[in-house]
Amino acid sequence: MTTATDLDAEVLYGQLLAGVRKVVRPDAVLVGIWSGGAWLAERLQRDLGLAGEHGVISSTLHRDDFAQRGLAASADATRLPFEVKDRHIVLVDDVLYTGRTIRAVINELYDFGRPASVTLVVLVDRGGRELPICAACSAARVDLPAGQRLSLARDTAGRFSFEIR
Amino acid sequence: MLERRNPQLNRHDELVHLLSIEGLPRAVVHHILDTAGTFLSVNEREVKKVPLLRGKSVFNLFFENSTRTRTTFEIAAKRLSADVINLDIARSSTAKGESLLDTIANLSAMHADMFVVRHSESGAPYLIAQHCAPHVHVVNAGDGRHAHPTQGLLDMYTIRHYKRDFTNLVVAVVGDIVHSRVARSDIHALTTLGVPEIRAVGPKTLVPGDLAEMGVRVCHDMGEGIRDADVIIMLRLQNERMSGAMLPSASEFFKTYGLTAEKLARAKPDAIVMHPGPINRGVEIDSSVADGNQSVILPQVTFGIAVRMAVMSIIAGNTP
Repeated sequence: MTTATDLDAEVLYGQLLAGVRKVVRPDAVLVGIWSGGAWLAERLQRDLGLAGEHGVISSTLHRDDFAQRGLAASADATRLPFEVKDRHIVLVDDVLYTGRTIRAVINELYDFGRPASVTLVVLVDRGGRELPICAACSAARVDLPAGQRLSLARDTAGRFSFEIR
Repeated sequence: MLERRNPQLNRHDELVHLLSIEGLPRAVVHHILDTAGTFLSVNEREVKKVPLLRGKSVFNLFFENSTRTRTTFEIAAKRLSADVINLDIARSSTAKGESLLDTIANLSAMHADMFVVRHSESGAPYLIAQHCAPHVHVVNAGDGRHAHPTQGLLDMYTIRHYKRDFTNLVVAVVGDIVHSRVARSDIHALTTLGVPEIRAVGPKTLVPGDLAEMGVRVCHDMGEGIRDADVIIMLRLQNERMSGAMLPSASEFFKTYGLTAEKLARAKPDAIVMHPGPINRGVEIDSSVADGNQSVILPQVTFGIAVRMAVMSIIAGNTP
């Protein structure tokens, strides 16, 4: 088991790329979950040599904690520059935890049409699932205290690192 | 001394009611406009509905008639998955002598979560916001001559959509300003967003004298008023609010202040023409301008739904 401080996001990205290569169909489209997942999808799209543009999806409009948290002041809009209907969708996220974000973005995805299939790939799986959701591929499995937040950061050169708060 | 708080904001400066644009922090206005941008795309999806207000009851309380505003609020609430109850109050309980606060108490007992209020008396939505249960949110859909904040916000969304930046604009508001709650909300919003030049254009009888104190330039000459303007907001001549001889006639008004292609040529070539609707063709605006390529009157209607979705979802997500 890895601890959070051992995580090297660039090394893990390399492992994710290799893993995704095995599970992704040539006709699949990548959809990154805003914001960390969207950066990963953008880079994977390039490194996998997939045609067209990747999509970006936001959980905001389908979150189950809206009554407690309200609408955050962020401009994270869903942008899917392709038909969702009958497509093989690969959702990409930086950190998989309770699974609630994934539930919300699957609902969001269905507002655009009925996909042929949805697969999930993540950089880090930190356990702690509260819903029956699992990733087809993850580069690392870590244990973190419940109060700690782990998320991906990207510098101006496009290099990844982790933020732990 | 007691601190007088803006009744629309909670302790964290978050919006819990929308009563007026006056006194709203610029950040709150931008947050509403940004959120409206997200909802605009929802209206283009295959499923035009998101579940943010699922299980909530929105009561449209229109003490004064308005089919269009009520309909856009209804569409906005339904696209947020709320249950919408339309009450034609003008023809029901108040006609039987019930007081405003008794009506509100009764509707609160039906577990309302939000009131969208239009009233001919300025300040009525404030009174309701002060007396309703803490979990209930109030949106002002137009009160007397005072404010029409969602119209003001959708006008700002429209201007931002076409002009991007507010800080280099000349905006002319033209027509019956004295009776117009839209004009008042627009002027407060334009000031909040940093528009350097706001002009109020109209005859002396229809332009209030105190506008200069709000930093507005008053012009009684139409040509001077719209010269080099980036944005022209035409107002409806409000016959139903007109008492006494404020105007010689509608045709006289059109001759002097009606927007024709000829007058529009004095504004910047890329100026946009706005109108809160419903338009009186041949009274404040010529058909060729209303239907022309500088007119953004119909996009305003589309943006209005997204802006109302943004307002309702933001206030519903904030606790008092």
